[in-house]
Amino acid sequence: MLVTKAAPARLCSLPVSPEAAMFVLVEMTDTVRIPPWQFERKLNESIAEELNKKLANKVVYNVGLCICLYDITKLEDSYIFPGDGASHTKVHFRYVVFHPFLDEILVGEIKSCSQDGVHVSIGFFDDIVIPPESLQQPAKFDEAEQVWVWEYETEEGAHDLYMDIGEEIRFRVVDETFVDTSPTGPSSAEASTSNATEEVQKKEAPYTLVGSISEPGLGLLSWWTNS
Amino acid sequence: MEGCFVVHLFSIWDREWHIVPRKDANAALLSNFEVFQLLTDLKQQRKESGKSKQSSGQQNLNTIMYETLKYISKTPCRYQSPETVREFLIAMKGHKLTKAEKLQLLNHRPVTAVEIQLMVEESEERLTEEQIESLLQTVASILPGDPEEQQRDSAMETEGRGSQ
Repeated sequence: MLVTKAAPARLCSLPVSPEAAMFVLVEMTDTVRIPPWQFERKLNESIAEELNKKLANKVVYNVGLCICLYDITKLEDSYIFPGDGASHTKVHFRYVVFHPFLDEILVGEIKSCSQDGVHVSIGFFDDIVIPPESLQQPAKFDEAEQVWVWEYETEEGAHDLYMDIGEEIRFRVVDETFVDTSPTGPSSAEASTSNATEEVQKKEAPYTLVGSISEPGLGLLSWWTNS
Repeated sequence: MEGCFVVHLFSIWDREWHIVPRKDANAALLSNFEVFQLLTDLKQQRKESGKSKQSSGQQNLNTIMYETLKYISKTPCRYQSPETVREFLIAMKGHKLTKAEKLQLLNHRPVTAVEIQLMVEESEERLTEEQIESLLQTVASILPGDPEEQQRDSAMETEGRGSQ
């Protein structure tokens, strides 16, 4: 059972700057199982490998996207239980986690545009969306090109600024959502229906960020550089 | 090194702020630079230990390390060093900014006033135009930027002076 001691400070959004950053260190505890054929290896190495295997590139509910192990702070005694030749060790460790704070400014790349808004990616994390109401206004969705456009007004008239795929975009994190994607087991009502329903079930991202670019300085980097 | 697998990174933020160890300060902030160093060292270690020790279960770690390094390498932290970060924090002491604000300045290396206004909360009330200018000067002088860009900028400056 993975136990995390860290409660993200983000949950209580105070005007005072929260204890958070794009990357944070989170203290966690877990019991690691090392099978007998790995006993010849150094314990620390086996444990580090197991922890990374378990957590790297995975989202921990209400914590964030785990990147890699930072260090092991404490190793308790290893136990071997009857019936299982492997050793079980309780480990206290710190993990590097991606968890940007509310109002943080990030730079990403436009992945795609849809009616839901602009989808942004930062390479290692893809589930960022900027909804239409948070774009620089006025904005319209160009159906033909499938891109969002900022209708920038000047004295000469409206200037259409296209938000093309691949463009670098600076945005502010305004919200985050964690979805518990752990399996819930078969429900009796749905068990009788065919496999088709499984495909219809939406694959929800465990961690999504909502961004906004409706401020001076936000949006495509090319809009604000002094050329 | 017995007792720990990953090389202990001296977290500059902790030294600066956590003078008294707090039991409930269980989330420490990491600058992009620290994560960059950590991942680069880890990558080096894994390369040295040889591929034979890596099982198929390491794929997730490989993916996330590769993508995160790729992203961070495009940010200003790739020109930073522990000395520049330390120098930056010392220079920032007089400016009365919160930890998160200094971290954003460090990670983004803003060059315009509008960027400063984005990163500093209620900047119109807390900073005058001169203070914003002074912040930009500090950031530009202490945090290294793209060396090619800086050469270009200084070349343009000398050209401008020559034409006067």
